[in-house]
Amino acid sequence: MRVTRREFLKISAGTAAGVMVLGLGMDLKPVKAYAQTLKIRYARESTTICPYCAVGCGIIVHTSKGASGKVINTEGDPDHPINEGSLCAKGAALSQLVNNENRLTTPLYRAPYSTHWQKVSWDWALWQIASKIKKSRDASFTHKNDKGQVVNRTDAIASVGSAALDNEECWLIQAMMRSLGLVYIEHQARI
Amino acid sequence: MTNHWIDIRNSDCILIMGSNAAENHPISFKWVTEAMKQGAKLVSVDPRFTRTSSKADFYTALRSGTDIAFLGGMIKYIIENEKYFKEYVSEYTNAAFIVTDKYGFEDGLFAGYDPKARKYDKSAWAFVEDEKGIPEKDKSLQDPHCVFQLLKNHYSRYDLDTVSAITGTPKEDLVKVYELYSATGQKGKAGTIMYAMGWTQHTVGVQNIRAMAMIQLLLGNMGVAGGGVNALRGESNVQGSTDHCILYHIWPGYLATPTTKWPSVSDYLKRRPKSNDPLSANWWQNEPKYMVSLLKSFFGDKAQPENEFGYQWFPKLDEGKSYSWLDLFDVMYKGEFTGFFAWGQNPACSGANANKVRQGLAKLDWLVNVNIFDNETGSFWKGPGMDPKKIKTEVFMLPCAVSVEKEGSITNSGRWMQWRYKAAEPPGEARPDGDMLVDLFKKVRWLYRKDIKKGKAAVFPEPIINLKWDYTTNGAFDAHKMAKEINGYFLKDVTIGTNSFKKGDLVPSFAFLQADGSTSSANWLYCNSYTGKGNMAARRTREKSGIGLNLEWAWCWPVNRRIIYNRASVDKYGNPWDSEHPVIKWDGSKWVGDVPDGGWPPMLNPNGTPNPKTKYPFIMKTEGFGHVFGPGLADGPFPEHYEPLECPVEKNLLSDQLINPITPVYATKMDILLSCDPRYPFVGTTYRVSEHWQTGVMTRWQPWLLEAQPQMFVEMSYELAKMKGIKNGEKVIVESARGKVTAVAIVTHRFKPFKIQGNEIHQVGMPWHYGWVYPKDGGDSANLLTPSTGDPNTRIPETKAFMVNVRKM
Repeated sequence: MRVTRREFLKISAGTAAGVMVLGLGMDLKPVKAYAQTLKIRYARESTTICPYCAVGCGIIVHTSKGASGKVINTEGDPDHPINEGSLCAKGAALSQLVNNENRLTTPLYRAPYSTHWQKVSWDWALWQIASKIKKSRDASFTHKNDKGQVVNRTDAIASVGSAALDNEECWLIQAMMRSLGLVYIEHQARI
Repeated sequence: MTNHWIDIRNSDCILIMGSNAAENHPISFKWVTEAMKQGAKLVSVDPRFTRTSSKADFYTALRSGTDIAFLGGMIKYIIENEKYFKEYVSEYTNAAFIVTDKYGFEDGLFAGYDPKARKYDKSAWAFVEDEKGIPEKDKSLQDPHCVFQLLKNHYSRYDLDTVSAITGTPKEDLVKVYELYSATGQKGKAGTIMYAMGWTQHTVGVQNIRAMAMIQLLLGNMGVAGGGVNALRGESNVQGSTDHCILYHIWPGYLATPTTKWPSVSDYLKRRPKSNDPLSANWWQNEPKYMVSLLKSFFGDKAQPENEFGYQWFPKLDEGKSYSWLDLFDVMYKGEFTGFFAWGQNPACSGANANKVRQGLAKLDWLVNVNIFDNETGSFWKGPGMDPKKIKTEVFMLPCAVSVEKEGSITNSGRWMQWRYKAAEPPGEARPDGDMLVDLFKKVRWLYRKDIKKGKAAVFPEPIINLKWDYTTNGAFDAHKMAKEINGYFLKDVTIGTNSFKKGDLVPSFAFLQADGSTSSANWLYCNSYTGKGNMAARRTREKSGIGLNLEWAWCWPVNRRIIYNRASVDKYGNPWDSEHPVIKWDGSKWVGDVPDGGWPPMLNPNGTPNPKTKYPFIMKTEGFGHVFGPGLADGPFPEHYEPLECPVEKNLLSDQLINPITPVYATKMDILLSCDPRYPFVGTTYRVSEHWQTGVMTRWQPWLLEAQPQMFVEMSYELAKMKGIKNGEKVIVESARGKVTAVAIVTHRFKPFKIQGNEIHQVGMPWHYGWVYPKDGGDSANLLTPSTGDPNTRIPETKAFMVNVRKM
C-alpha cells in the first residue's frame, strides 16, 4: 500500500503506524510528522494552484485561525496528480510572495513632472482613472475609418495584461476593454 | 499542449528542443523521468548544455535560429529511410492531396510572392478538387503533384552537409537525433516534443513549430498517448488568458476579432469555409452558435436579432492591419496613445527592445499599472536615463491581491482548468483584480449615464451602458457567477433532440449552443466546465489505473478531452495503434477511454466496408486531415530556413533569401538591426532560471529566491572568454545595436563555439529576470538588447537570436 504523508498523518492520529525504517536505523517519521503538525494544528487548510509556470502544481495553504488570519504555511499537495507533493524553488517560496513586506498595500499616484509617489484613496484613484478613460475615449473615438467603414473604436488607449489573472478576471478585462472600444489589447501570450 | 503533463510518461522518445524543461518547468521532469524509467529516450537539442541536457540520453547543440534547417534535415531523413507511418500518413493527413500546378518554390520563395507588398497571395497554394468540390487524393502518395512528393522534393535540399554548415551541429549528431526520434514512426510507438519560447521567439517561430507538427504527423504521433505537439506554456494562466483572448486578433474561444471585412454580423457568421465532403466534421462550421452565444453573454437581453446581437457596438479592426504588441509599442513610441493600462504585466522589462518601450511610456498622458510589487513599468519615470521633471505621464499604481487571496480558476499548459480558493485577505488596501475591474467599469458607466441624464451628446455610449456586468455578490466580484456565464445558460425553455432544458439551466456542453439567441456562453470552449453537476474545475478524484488521463480531476477543454485529435490514435476499425496505452477504443457501439473527438463510429465497419456515419479524425481542419501541407500560414505552406533578422552570416546556404521575406520591420530610430557588423560579432540569446520568473517582479522580492540567483549574468564559452580576456565572475558589458546591460560573466563549458560555414561563431546567453528597481545593482533587463521584430504570423518578437558584443568594463 502506498501511503502519502497526508494519509499517514490521518492513520497515525488514531493508531500506531507501521514501522518505517529510515536511514538512521530507527523510525523517525512519527516524530517528524508530529512536529510538522504543531505548526498547522490550528490552521485552516485550503488548496491552490501554483502562480508561476503553467505546469499547474497543487499547493496546500494553511491559514491561521487566529486574529491575524495570515497564511502560515504553504507546501506541495501530495494528492495532486501532476506534482504529487513536489514543488520547484519558486513554488516552494510561495509563502514569501504572500507575506512580503515589500508588497504594495495602498494605491499610489505620480502627478505630471513629479519626482515622487503619493498615497491616494481607492475611490479617488478609480474616479480619476474613469474620467481619464472617458476623456481619452471621447476625444479620439472613431466611428468610421479613412475608407468610410464603420469601426466604432478608440485608437488612443491601449492595454496589456495579464496571464497572471484568473480565467474569470481575464474574461472580465477583455470585455471591459472591448466595450470601451479598445483594439490595442495584448498580453504575455504575444511575447 | 495537445496532450498533458502526466501523459509525457507514455512516451518512447522525448525531444526537448526550444525549451529547457528541467529548469523552467521543473515538475514536468517528474513525468520525463517516469518515461525514462520505462525505457524512453530523452534527446536534448539546445545552443547551450542545460539542466535538461544533463539528464538526456543524447545532447547536441545548434546555433540559435536554425531549427528549421535541423528539422528539415529530419524530414528528409524520415522520408528517405521510410521511417514514416505509412497508413497514418496516407489516411489521416493531407499528404495524399493533389496541389494545383500554380504552386511552386524557387530560390527561397514560394509561388504568389509580391516583393513590393512583401506578402504572399495564398491562392497559389490550393488543392485540386473533384467535381463535388472534394480534394483529390492519391493514397499511393506517388503523384508528382501530391503533397508527399512536394514535401520530399522540398526537403531534398536539406542534406547533412548543408544542415550542419547552417546549424553548427556535427553531421553524426544530426544522424543520431534523427535515428532516435524517427524510431517512433513505428506503429505502437510514440514520440513527443516539449518546446517553449526557444521556438516561438523567432522571425520563423510559427514555422519552427509547424516543421515539428509535420514530423509528428509523418510519424503518426498526433492524437496518441505519449505524443502530440506540446508547448510548455510559461505563466500559470497564459493558457486561460489566451483562451479568453486578451489579444487583439481573437475573441473568447478563438473567434476572429471583427474587422471591416465583416461589416455585419451576418457577414461574420458566413465567414467559415464549407466542406463538401460529408465525412468531414469541419467543426468550425459551428462558429455561428458560439459567436451569437458570446454576444448574448456580452449584452444579455440587449442583444437581439434586430440589433445584430450588439455586433455593431464592438470595435472593428481595419482589415489587414496588425495591432499586436510590437505595433502597440511602435504606436506608443510615436506618441499616438494618451492612455495605457499595464495590468499585471511589466513591459518595461518584458518587451523586446525595452528602451523603445520605456521611451514610449514617457509619451503617455496617463498610465495605470496594477501589480503586487513596485516594478520598472510603474516607476519608469525615475528609471535610468529618465528625468522625472520632464515627464508628463500621470501614473496610477494599484496594489492587487496574490493568487491565494481570491477565488477563481486557472488553466495549465495541458488545458486543465483548476480551481483555487481564497486562503487569506490581501494586505493593507490591496484588492483582487476582479474587484478593481468591476468598480472601475461601474464608474465609467456612471459618467456616461450622467452625460445622457444631462442631455449631453454622449460619445457612443451603447456598449458601455449595455454591457452585462452583474458578476458581483454583496458588491464584490463573484468568480462563480462569472464562471457560470463563461459556461453559458439556456435563456428560454428549449428541447434539443430528446433533451429538454429550462430557462436558467446551465448548458451541459457546447453541442447544445444555438445561433438564434436562445443560449449564452461567454466562451464556448469552456462550455461544460460549470454545469448542473457543479464546478467541474474543483473536482479532486485521481485516476486509480490507466494512462494518466485523470478524467475526474479538475476539468479540461474541450469537453474534458485530455488528448486532442484522439481519433487519430486508432486504426480505421477503432482499435488503438498502441494497445498498451489506449487513449480511446471502439467497443462495438461506443468509444471508451478519453472523451473522443466526436462520437461518430470508426471509419470502417468490422467487415471492412466504409461506414458512412464516420468522420475524419482532424475535426478542426476544413477537410478533416492533418496538415502536412499548410496553406493557411502567411509565410509558406512548408517551413523554409531563413536566418534571424540579426545574424552572423552573409549567406543563407539554402537560398538567396537571407531572411524571412515577409518579416515585419519597424522604422523608428529605435529600431536598429545590424547583421554581420564587426561591432556585434556574437549571437545572443535569452532564457530563464528556475529561481526566477519572467521579469522577476514575482521573484526578485523573495529573499530565498534572490539569494539563490542574485543578479544578471552572461554565460559564455572558455574560448570566447579567453579571446576577450574575461575571467569567470567578472562584471562585463553586453551590448547590441539597441542597448547595453552589465552582467557577471559565467565562463562555462556549457557553451561551445559553433562551426558555421567554415567559420567559428560564438554564442552567449542571458536571463531576463532582472530590472533596475530591485535589487540594487542586480542588473537590468536583457530585453534592452533584443530587437523589435518578429514572426509574420504571430508577431512574437525575435528575442531568442540577435547579435551582441561582450566586453570588459
